[in-house]
Parts: sequence; C-alpha cells; structure tokens
Amino acid sequence: MNAHSQTLTLPGSLPLDGGGELTRVELAFETYGELNADRSNAILLCHALTGDQYVASPHPITGKPGWWERMVGPGKPIDTDRFHIICANVIGSCMGSTGPASEASDGHPYAMRFPVITIRDMVRAHIGLLDMLDIETLHAVVGGSMGGMQALSLAANWPDRARRVLVIASTSRHSAQNIAFHELGRQAIMADPRWQDGSYYGGDGPDNGLAVARMAAHITYLSEEALTGKFGRNLQDREAKSFGFDADFQVESYLRYQGSGFTRRFDANSYLYITRAMDYFDLAEEHGGKLADAFAGTDARFCLVSFDSDWLYPTSESRHVVHALNAAGAAVSFVELSAPHGHDSFLLDVPALDRVIGGFLG
Amino acid sequence: MSVAAIDQRPDLAAIASRITPESRVLDIGCGDGVLMMALRNKGCDVRGIEIDGACVERCVSQGLSVVQGDADSDLGDYPDKGFDYAVLSQTLQTASRPDRMLDELLRVGTRAFVSFPNFAHWRTRAALMFGGRMPVTRSIPVSWYETQNIHHVTVHDFRELAREKGATIVRDWYFAGKRPVSRAGANMRAEFAVFELSR
Repeated sequence: MNAHSQTLTLPGSLPLDGGGELTRVELAFETYGELNADRSNAILLCHALTGDQYVASPHPITGKPGWWERMVGPGKPIDTDRFHIICANVIGSCMGSTGPASEASDGHPYAMRFPVITIRDMVRAHIGLLDMLDIETLHAVVGGSMGGMQALSLAANWPDRARRVLVIASTSRHSAQNIAFHELGRQAIMADPRWQDGSYYGGDGPDNGLAVARMAAHITYLSEEALTGKFGRNLQDREAKSFGFDADFQVESYLRYQGSGFTRRFDANSYLYITRAMDYFDLAEEHGGKLADAFAGTDARFCLVSFDSDWLYPTSESRHVVHALNAAGAAVSFVELSAPHGHDSFLLDVPALDRVIGGFLG
Repeated sequence: MSVAAIDQRPDLAAIASRITPESRVLDIGCGDGVLMMALRNKGCDVRGIEIDGACVERCVSQGLSVVQGDADSDLGDYPDKGFDYAVLSQTLQTASRPDRMLDELLRVGTRAFVSFPNFAHWRTRAALMFGGRMPVTRSIPVSWYETQNIHHVTVHDFRELAREKGATIVRDWYFAGKRPVSRAGANMRAEFAVFELSR
C-alpha cells in the first residue's frame, strides 16, 4: 500500500491551553488511500502515548510493521481503498513533529523549555493540519487510548469537523491511578542522573530511567491473565533460580527487553510531556464540570468500545462517556468486547473489534 | 435481513407500522436490531439499548446506534421526551421493577410501545392447572430456573398497571403465534400482547 510521508509547518503560532503559544510548529504525518474529489472521505487516526504516524508503514527506526497494520489497509476495516487516512505525530512527541527535542528559536533543543501541552493542544495542532490540507469535515476521527482522548477532545471542541467519532479503550479523564502510574514513570526518568534536568541532547540520555518508565507502563497495558498465560512463573533460559538479581523469570526478561527496546525509539522528555498532557485531561472540567455539556448539540455519531480485561481504562470509564452522550441526545453506540489481552487489546487480534469498526465507519 | 426478519415478529411489525417515518425512536432491549433496521429504512433516527454484548456487536457492525447497557439502570440518562417513541419489546417481564420501567418509558418517549408474553394464555394456565408445573411453551420457552422473565404478567395485569400509572392505551394488538387475536378473550387466547401508550 502506498504510504505518503510529509511534514508541514503550521502557518502562524499555536495558542496553548497553559497560556502562551508555540511557534514554528511542524507536524509529521502519514497518509494512506486517496482523498476523493469532494474531500469527504478523510479519516483522522490519532495515535497513543508512545505511538506515531507509522500506522501501516514500517517504523523508520525499528523497522517493525506499522502499529495498526492489521486494521488499516486495502479491504481492511479501515479501508484505504475507500478512505483517505491521515495520522500525524502529536506535538510533544519525537517522530518529526515539534517536541522537546526540537530546536527552539535560539538554535538549541527546547528540552524542558518546551511548554507543558494538553490533549486539546495536540488536537488544535491536528485541526491546523486539516486546515492546511483543506479538509473541512472528516468522515471520522478514530483513536485508541490517548488517541481516543484526542477523538473526544476534537468532538467536544471542534464539533463540526468530524461526522463520526470512534473511541477505543479510552477515557474522558485520567483517574488517580492513571496519574499515579505516570508519575512513577516520570520520577524514574528524572531520577536517572543522565536526565540532567532534561538537557541531555547531544550526549547519553536517561535510558535507564526511561526503560523503567516503559516497564511500569507496559504492565498496565496487559491483563494479569495475559501475563500469567504468556509467562507464568517460567524461568528464563535456566533450570533453577540463580539466587541473584538477574532476570530469572521470563516476565522480567520480557519487561527488560520492552524497556531497552523503547529507549531506542523514544525521547525521555517527550515521555514526560505527553504523560503530563494525559494526566491533565479532564473533558468535563474543560466544559464547566459537566461532561454532557462537552457534547451539547453535537450532530456526530459516536462509537465507544471497551475491553473486559482492560484495567487501565476500564469499561466504567467508557460508560461514563456514553451516559454523558445519551444525556446530550447524541447518537452513540457502545460495546464492551471480550478479549484477554488487557488494554493492549485494541492493537491485537480481536475479530469483533474489526467488525464493529468496519460497521461503524460504514 | 430486516424485511424478512420482522415478518417473523408480528409484535415488531405492528409497532413498526404505527411509527411515523423520520421520527426519533429508542428501542429498549433491541436484540439483533430487527425493528431498528425496519425503522431506519423508514428514515427514523433510531437508538437501541441491549444487554447482550454479542447482539450489540452485530447491531453496531450493521451501522446501528446501540449501547450495551441495562435498561433497569441506564434509562435514567436519557433526557425527558428525547424521543417520539420508546419501545420495550419482550423486555418488561425481565425488568427488576416493571412499574418504574413503564414510568421511564413514558418519560423519555412521547408515546411508548410495550410488548410481552401473556402469562394468562390458556397453554400456560393448562400447564399449571393440569401439569402442576411451571409452563414451558412457545411464548415462554425457557425453564423457570434459567428464564430471565422474573415478572410474569397477563393482559389484565398490564391494563391495570397502565391505569394505575395514568397511561392511556392508544392501541392494543394480540397474537397467537403470528395470528392476530381479537381483544375479546385476549387474556385467555393471546400468547403476546402489544400496547401503544401515551400520557
């Protein structure tokens, strides 16, 4: 399938929720499939925390297949024969869009001078991109996890820009537990002496801290059942416990591998900024404390999907959004799918999800 | 599937025939979405609630707006008179409080349709009187220990409940299998009843 990589610089500056603005905002994005003549078949895909624009094309650093290759492609549920798919790297990230590793006006990386951004700031940048691409109304905005937060934020703040809103394994607000896990990750990064208050560019970064952050987060993406099924108490390449602190157990080895692999492709400061944006996310708070008001008068159709084994953003969070949408009189579908993998189910082989997505996108 | 499937359900066909095109409808306990599909073809804006995840998945896969939820607890979210019609087909007898469910129907919908299996049908009576057993019949096909029907109701019971609730019965239909049955003697002869209500 033809993927098209582009980077565009937004005209003017991007106002930010925290006050101030970001200038010279670059957005790196991939597109798949043709935009039709009346520019009505575009779908904006929003990626998750450590995701990127490489939805269905190989990752330039790891060489691994795109993160949603099973869902996006010719004849697949998000059908590139019919739809024009756009996925942009969020601002604050590190795969080509402006983030803490980007050059500030003084020619040095922003590092911790990068402003704290919000989910709505990310979406505001996406809207700027859609304006540049001359796409007035999306056929759909689609996202899982943090991508779902962006989809909800777009629906609430730019209600005329998407006719369909698909939110998978996501939430309208970060819970205390969600914030707690993110804080653990951030503290691991900042406790690494190589972090150097974020000014590590040009030298060795805080890889140890970032790896620990990733390990902790990775646990939250999997169900206990998945971890037990995959590893149990199996030992790694050995017959007996070593009575030491090597990775005796397979699960330890797996987490270490996940952690170290992650540091090759992700910037530690980006991890700080994006987790902060997620922690600040509370869609009701942005709309006077009542979530239903965030969606008042919307004409979009919504679909929310949760997974029974997801304890990071459990079904109750999706229901909370559904109740608000019902109160707002919105057309909404919601289904809790059964899948064993935990939060990561939205990325994995769940045929029911394919059917729901295909049916909803129409 | 809609046209053929709805022919198998005379209660749904009766309801569909009474709903004006392009109205707003909430189908509570929408199952596989048979009624919803028929109403969508009439240009209605139809929403569904269904507790069974597999049914919801099939509905959503066909592009219907269905929320997986429990009618007992989730109706409260919907705004007053948010719909022209609220439909409760074959679900009243499964509600934890059918009386409150009826109130909710008439709150969210200007009109309400309720259909249910009539427990006073002669087969049911015969099973109890002569067999001394809880009836398992064409209209009540599941054994007492696994049925979701926790509040069996008769045609007369429902008319009485509607009166107590101040609801007006606009129309009523009665069926034995797919055959219509007249109102007279319906409490004995009807397997299913359908009521159209307003308040």
